[in-house]
Amino acid sequence: MNEIVVLSGKGGTGKTSITASLAVLAGNDAVIADCDVDAANMHLLLHPDFGTTVEFYSGEIAVINQAQCTRCRKCEDACRFNAIVYLDKKMQVIPIDCEGCGYCEKVCPTGAISMLERKSGNLFVSNIKTGTKMVHARLDIGAENSGKLVARVKNEAKSLAVATNKSFIIIDGAPGIGCPVVSSLAGANYVVLVTEPTMSGLHDLKRICAVIAKFRIKAGCIINKWDLNEEKTTEIQQFLYDEQIKHLADIPYDSSFTNAMTEGKTIVEIQSPYQELLQRIWNDIKTQLPK
Amino acid sequence: MPFKIAIASGKGGTGKTLLATNLADYISQREDTLLVDLDVEEPNDFIFIEGTQVNRVDQVKMIPSWDEGQCTLCGLCSKICKYHAVIQLGTFIAVFNELCHSCYACSELCPANALPMQAFKMGETRTMSKGRLTFIESRLEIGEEQAVPLIRKTHTMVDERFHDIPFQIFDCPPGTSCPVAAATRHADLVILVTEPTPFGLNDLKLAVETMQDLGKPVGVVINRDGIGNSEVEDFCKREQLPVLAKIPFDREIARRYSKGELVYTEVNSVISALDQIMKFVQNHFNP
Amino acid sequence: MKIAFTSSGTSWTSLIDPRFGRTEFIVVYDEEKQVISAIDNSKVKNVAHGAGSATAQMVFELNPGVLITGNGPGETASNALKHHHMKIFVNAHDMTLKEAYEHYKNGELKEV
Repeated sequence: MNEIVVLSGKGGTGKTSITASLAVLAGNDAVIADCDVDAANMHLLLHPDFGTTVEFYSGEIAVINQAQCTRCRKCEDACRFNAIVYLDKKMQVIPIDCEGCGYCEKVCPTGAISMLERKSGNLFVSNIKTGTKMVHARLDIGAENSGKLVARVKNEAKSLAVATNKSFIIIDGAPGIGCPVVSSLAGANYVVLVTEPTMSGLHDLKRICAVIAKFRIKAGCIINKWDLNEEKTTEIQQFLYDEQIKHLADIPYDSSFTNAMTEGKTIVEIQSPYQELLQRIWNDIKTQLPK
Repeated sequence: MPFKIAIASGKGGTGKTLLATNLADYISQREDTLLVDLDVEEPNDFIFIEGTQVNRVDQVKMIPSWDEGQCTLCGLCSKICKYHAVIQLGTFIAVFNELCHSCYACSELCPANALPMQAFKMGETRTMSKGRLTFIESRLEIGEEQAVPLIRKTHTMVDERFHDIPFQIFDCPPGTSCPVAAATRHADLVILVTEPTPFGLNDLKLAVETMQDLGKPVGVVINRDGIGNSEVEDFCKREQLPVLAKIPFDREIARRYSKGELVYTEVNSVISALDQIMKFVQNHFNP
Repeated sequence: MKIAFTSSGTSWTSLIDPRFGRTEFIVVYDEEKQVISAIDNSKVKNVAHGAGSATAQMVFELNPGVLITGNGPGETASNALKHHHMKIFVNAHDMTLKEAYEHYKNGELKEV
């Protein structure tokens, strides 16, 4: 079974639109995972039914029992994150700053502090329009540990794929290079990079490629909106060649992508010259997957 | 008291950097301005602001390091660590840097002082100068996964060294989770940049919810106006969110952006948008 | 002596798994008893972070004299295992456990 993750470094290059298109092309033979848990968009194109919802707990939060608290301030002194303050004559935990390290619990002389499991989001397992399943999630506002939620989404997708004998897991990744991205990379055996021919696009592409190199995962790249800057497109092609990353295709800027999105469809579901191109890209990706 | 504007969005690629760099450069033509690039995972502002570097500092994270000579192998550290970053394997204490949250608990509670904290580089902050614009960029080292500590340190540095610059613009990372919460922390106004498409609307809703939860006043800028539909604008009307400006989709803007150029000097629609934003700020905040 | 392999399967004909933290299985061959056994690492394999830490713990508890793998564990895990006199051999990529064992016996693998 192959695990394909779609990344970009820079946001807004067309990652989600392309991932959803690959999902439609893979049809019933793939389980889909939306690991951009911060700002998930795949559902707008694949129309999941949100069949199953599971609460996601990760990390802990300190809770103070005021009756046992003597306001000695040892917890405030210990906390490196300034998450405990003396306010309104009480020691109070500031949830958004608490990192759940438990140091306060250890130093409290009266045992007034306990560490409780913390809900940080919701996980969904849905049926989607291609007749298969999508695992997706919603992280709670300002929540930490998005990497853990990403891992959970991926693992659910993996279990489903194994149980239903699918050939592929296709993962929409997050922008950036941080924890949620690294989480989506772990265990992947192919990365599809989607970039754009801008200075920002190339700068961010280089950074994500450096991260991927550490994982030693095979990668291919699509240059989206290539005709916005032909010079930059050529520069990116050279970079891909130097890095031994397969140059999968160039897709021109075309308003039909947005038009399709507005109708809740992927580009391969409307009449367009891109159906053939995306099919070719998908076939190309499949030939490159490890046997 | 400096006036702080954070430029954020739910969705990536809506035009945060475009707005932040053009707004900062424009205002700096008239007054002292500070631009801070807090998208530490993928900082791009430097592409558009050509300044002279005046300072560079390494930013470090503190991680415990095992002093075998002092250690009594009591295993307390392994029991305390909530992140499994410190584990006892027989007669060896293994510290896994990438898992450590720098809470200092193991180090300070170790009865033998066998886990002194050590500094490890996790990023850099550069300060650059261009006319009346002071530009700060923080950049996370490749391989480091936590954006929040670097974002926090950058805010601290800004408050310590640049509190006398009256007008401050913070370019934030995309999304709605902890890096964005950290980046918008001290903002007086958060401008959410969006695009008039279903993705833009979906993520705008999430971003608005986040900002409301954080108690931040919000203004919306609609970029690439004309490419999708009116749902974003309708949403803003319904929710009584002020739309500060609309920048029409323009291939010329895209082209200049792709070349790393500021656009406001050449594109009228952009300079109009910047004026509208400043008018809103004057009327509502009078900084 | 016990020889541990990072493996993609449970038998001598399985391929070496080049990864340490996220290896599919740890297979242990007891040279004295000539018995081979496999431990499923899937619980560890799927964690977001700290796979190296958890797998190191598991290997430590199995206490082999030798670990044969592809890429090798990260520095921290390597140091922890070597501290207990475990020998770690790398570069057994693209070969079966049987082939890897033979290469090791012939001194053809690189010791970390």
